[in-house]
Amino acid sequence: MEWFDLTVVTGSLPEFWRGLWMTLHLTGIALIIGFGFAVPLSIARVSKNPWVSAPVRAYTYFFRGTPMLVQLLLVYYGIGQSEWMQQMWEAGNPFWLLFRDAYFCALLAFSLNTCAYQLEMFAGAIRNTPNGEVEAAKAMGMTRSTALRRIILPSALRRALPPFSNEVILMLQGSAIASAVTLVDLTGAARNVYSRHYAPFEAFIFAGLLYLVVTFVLVGLFRVAENRWLAHLQPRRSASDAKKN
Amino acid sequence: MAHKASKELLRVENLYKQYGDNEVLKGVSLKANAGDVISIIGSSGSGKSTWLRCINFLEQPTSGKIIVAGEEVKLLPGTKDALKVADQKQLQKIRTRLSMVFQHFNLWGHMTVLQNVVEAPIHVLGLAKKEAMARAERYLERVGVWKFRDTYPAHLSGGQQQRVAIARALAMEPEALLFDEPTSALDPELVGEVLKVMRSIAEEGRTMLVVTHEMGFAREVSNHVIFVHQGRVEEEGDPREVLTKPTSERLQQFLSGSLK
Repeated sequence: MEWFDLTVVTGSLPEFWRGLWMTLHLTGIALIIGFGFAVPLSIARVSKNPWVSAPVRAYTYFFRGTPMLVQLLLVYYGIGQSEWMQQMWEAGNPFWLLFRDAYFCALLAFSLNTCAYQLEMFAGAIRNTPNGEVEAAKAMGMTRSTALRRIILPSALRRALPPFSNEVILMLQGSAIASAVTLVDLTGAARNVYSRHYAPFEAFIFAGLLYLVVTFVLVGLFRVAENRWLAHLQPRRSASDAKKN
Repeated sequence: MAHKASKELLRVENLYKQYGDNEVLKGVSLKANAGDVISIIGSSGSGKSTWLRCINFLEQPTSGKIIVAGEEVKLLPGTKDALKVADQKQLQKIRTRLSMVFQHFNLWGHMTVLQNVVEAPIHVLGLAKKEAMARAERYLERVGVWKFRDTYPAHLSGGQQQRVAIARALAMEPEALLFDEPTSALDPELVGEVLKVMRSIAEEGRTMLVVTHEMGFAREVSNHVIFVHQGRVEEEGDPREVLTKPTSERLQQFLSGSLK
């Protein structure tokens, strides 16, 4: 193969693995942090009290209305420009020094972004909970919080699984912009390999292939999860029918 | 059915309900003693379902009193149309004593049949899991759906789902059961199995309040029937008398329309 020099790839494998690992944990941790905040915020989002729901709405409006790259650049380059922040840095305040760290800034921007998407997804699923099921919970004497914890959230989170799997995949690919703030993720590694060897095909095709494999695995995992958690919405399979009766 | 002087379980006094200018209930009352099976009949829009839903406060009445086993539900003035429940804790406790069976079953879709039935006994009544399981299996057996205990509701027929819903209500071991048109959403051939279960639990001496279109059930199973027309009790009494020799013209019309 004249146009594809395999030795470029084999010679840079450790670099690719390090980049892939960076992509995976950056995306993974951001998704987990985002999820942790998205669940309680989605409950606030559907609150009838406008003082509770409006701030959440404003937050998702901003983070879903602007590109994640812009948010990342704003956190990493923008915040550091403020005089107050520079004073904090000079004073050596350990918390604010975090904002000089590219990894922290990317994690913050990604978490804020995915949290906004996830919480809207969950809020939509909560709103679509069949009213009769909520009424049955009330009629059985459940408190609002028991009904939320036992009926509404378990049902809504299950139904949010298909859009959630989309969000996970979009975040994985979207995390490629981390290389814009000096982080060497999978895309960053590919770019380094490319500029060292001037071998664009080798570097980017191999990186693309790795993204593809990870996506493929994720899709498979979500299919298993859907079979487990969404069985109640799927048509009854005749094989299990035969076993049961 | 000669009735012994038994314990009063439920009393509804002078209940009114309006939605804006639309007055749905215009001062209805009823009294249920232990073991009573009361059928509430009437055409659609007569207010009979609203009445039942006001009893466990799925709708808030505009005025009136609800007394469950001698305990009056504490109410405060709320909006123009609806009173406000003063004490949520009291309401939740009272709801556990009045289990409801809905027209559309309202089983929790993400839970299996068994999980549906143990849910409230464990998380509302605070029963130990083992005890709740034993109770659930007993009632599922009782209504003939035990073999579906690991099935999801969506994979069952309407009649089976409604029987699960009855088991779920029974598992609370309530003082009275409220049925809100339990057979109206069912295919005609499935109505029979649900009525059979209701008849057999009535025969156990359970107290039941049944909003229904099933005249056969009203006549044969209940010991008291209430005919509601335009938000008022038009006629009530022993079903054998009320349904065979109705005095009010409205009830005569209604019965001739629903004769089967």
